[in-house]
Amino acid sequence: MDFSLTEEQAMFRDLFRDFAQKEVAKVAKHTDEAEEPPVALLKKAVAQGFLAATVPEDFGGAALDPLSYCLLLEEIAKECMSTAVTLAVHNSLVNATLVKYGTDAQKEKWLPLLAENLGAFAATEPDAGSDTSRIATRAKRSGGTYSLSGVKVWVSNAALAKVLLVLAQTEGGPTMFIVDPAAPGVKIGHREPTTGLRGVATNTVYFDFAEVTETDRLGDEGAGMSIAQAANTQLQLALAAAALGLAEGAVALGRAFAIERKQFGVSIATKQALGNYFADCEIEGEALRHLIEYAAWLASEGKDYALAALKAKMFGAKTARAAANLMLQTHGGYGFSDEYAISRLYRDAKALDFLGGTPQIGRVVIAQQVFADSGLAIKP
Amino acid sequence: MDFELSREHQALRRLIREFAEEEVRPATRQADRSSQPPLKVLKKAAEIGLLGVPFPREYGGMGAGETGYCILMEELGRVDTSFATIIGAHIGIGTMAIYLGGSKHLREKYLPDLCSGKKIAAFALTEPQAGSDAASIKLRATKEGDSYILDGSKMWITNGPMASTMSILAVTDPALGARGGATAFVIETRDENGQATEGFTPGKYEHKMGLHGSPTAAIAFDNFRVPQENILGQTGLGFVVFMQTLDIGRVSLGAATLGGAQASLQQVLEWAAMREQFGKPLAQMQSIQFMIADMAAEIEALRSLVYRTAWLVDNQKPFIKEAGMCKLLGSEIASRCVDRAVQVLGALGYSRDVHMERGYRDSRIAEIFEGTNEIQRILIAEQLLREVGVRIRP
Repeated sequence: MDFSLTEEQAMFRDLFRDFAQKEVAKVAKHTDEAEEPPVALLKKAVAQGFLAATVPEDFGGAALDPLSYCLLLEEIAKECMSTAVTLAVHNSLVNATLVKYGTDAQKEKWLPLLAENLGAFAATEPDAGSDTSRIATRAKRSGGTYSLSGVKVWVSNAALAKVLLVLAQTEGGPTMFIVDPAAPGVKIGHREPTTGLRGVATNTVYFDFAEVTETDRLGDEGAGMSIAQAANTQLQLALAAAALGLAEGAVALGRAFAIERKQFGVSIATKQALGNYFADCEIEGEALRHLIEYAAWLASEGKDYALAALKAKMFGAKTARAAANLMLQTHGGYGFSDEYAISRLYRDAKALDFLGGTPQIGRVVIAQQVFADSGLAIKP
Repeated sequence: MDFELSREHQALRRLIREFAEEEVRPATRQADRSSQPPLKVLKKAAEIGLLGVPFPREYGGMGAGETGYCILMEELGRVDTSFATIIGAHIGIGTMAIYLGGSKHLREKYLPDLCSGKKIAAFALTEPQAGSDAASIKLRATKEGDSYILDGSKMWITNGPMASTMSILAVTDPALGARGGATAFVIETRDENGQATEGFTPGKYEHKMGLHGSPTAAIAFDNFRVPQENILGQTGLGFVVFMQTLDIGRVSLGAATLGGAQASLQQVLEWAAMREQFGKPLAQMQSIQFMIADMAAEIEALRSLVYRTAWLVDNQKPFIKEAGMCKLLGSEIASRCVDRAVQVLGALGYSRDVHMERGYRDSRIAEIFEGTNEIQRILIAEQLLREVGVRIRP
């Protein structure tokens, strides 16, 4: 057992922290208020290689190991959750999925584009939320071409994306496609006005006989669901890291406020009840960090980390939400004001209960594992 | 024991529910998006007598007592927390302080216009450095002949920018501190034409996470004159009037959170029956059923607590501890219920296109304002520990 970061990982962390503090922090408030993705910041992220963070060097990527990638998202989420989620969706759902399942030709065609532009992942539909088996988007094959028709909702990054991964039904079953959003028949629709994560451009996407060539099919026909699940595992680990960053960011805000704020003649930080809030956040944050490190270690060893990522993400959502909630409470009335960042973190944190799967469906998956060798069928 | 509401109170509930559904609900989205109070709805509420629900008829009120007032706040809380907050600041603390602390003359002078809605009230206690530690207020009231001159500022004042009548706590004797040196006044901050009175600055609306329809502001006083006869209670004992007012306000705040929790449960029931995943309605999932059961159990307990406490108030029995419990449990139950409702709606619950989302932003403040839940816990523990001879400090 060795809990220390490697020299390289520590160096990366310092680099990411520096970038987050110098570049990300200053755009976080505006990104939320304007409800616009931080486009100028994303250009700087491109220059740093953050849009190809985990892509192998052969394809021009930074080839970060899983833990270093987690450190990237943690540091960015400390300052701006919208930016962290934008990068997590791009890197984990799109890039990593192409790297894992794409042919060399597909990687050469799409990864360079994705190193400079965002990608998005279109799976959820109005009737297919937790239940992905209900996906109704069709991909009808005719010779070497598929024609896609259907509606996808809650597609993060959709409005800025130059590449879409789309899950659709074919005669061979659910199948993943790589789609150019500028292609005829693809239309970016309604922008969701969300409670939090207002800097993530989340839209409905319409497919109206959008043509995709066979060469842009990712994996085989019928492999779409397992590809989507693997993508979701990648996302879950990234979200766990972002959740840790959000929790740390919340504690930093609460700590500064509690030191500064005097009531009853003392800093409120000296009040036992408030001390308890900070102690609880510390314990959960520490536990979350180790869950993330363990999942990242499994991933770096090439082992199955699906359950570890799920647990880390679920615990991460809980930890981040509790930290944002307690630190908002610590701010008192100021916590309800838009002038203080903590209310943004509180709104942002709730998204972790939906992104990457709800805790309700996560518990079903974990219960299935607990009873896996019992012969019993555990269904939602 | 009789757990039925009287016929009059049942009729009052029907009246308010109809008003809330037909008048308040259609205006909620606009108020949230524009961050402007729904003044037309407020006017209509006044026309049917809702702004005087708890106060005796002799002062122009409806005479429905604390129980009637809790019914009002529950029904409004079901539909729009912002509107309930405007009403709560007007009736439950702004006007209530005048009713509790005012002489017969002051009651007769101010209550009829406040009950009829001709004037809107606010309650001015909090200052930048005096939140939970309300006793550390600094706004000065200096005696000058038959008047007092107010100088200083208050913050987070609900209705502050639009109120024409205000209950305010000021320091009359800094040497004595809040207990003995603070005095409560009723002041007129806007004239008949709605113009700010000399020496009063209404301040800008605060930008808040939720309660967008309820105007909140920092307000300032500079050489603001108030006649000595406008003192509520006794000189130097204003802190008592203000704390008593807050005690009563906590019961009705509990009622408003009850309404919000109830509306969340209703939303969950409707959506769970309709939304299908995995080949069946969500209602068939035990995770959802258990959420429903937990919500209902908490709501039922809260309902009993709120209306029993209202009964204590209406029957002149001690209620301070229970009032704190109404606010403490009510706000936390409402937050949990709203969170569950958002969760059951899934990503939809996170969209501002959907009604429930506003509840998520609106409900959180109930754990903070009118005495943070930390202060409620301290007050409740203080009451209990006093019974075993222990005095505690915050």
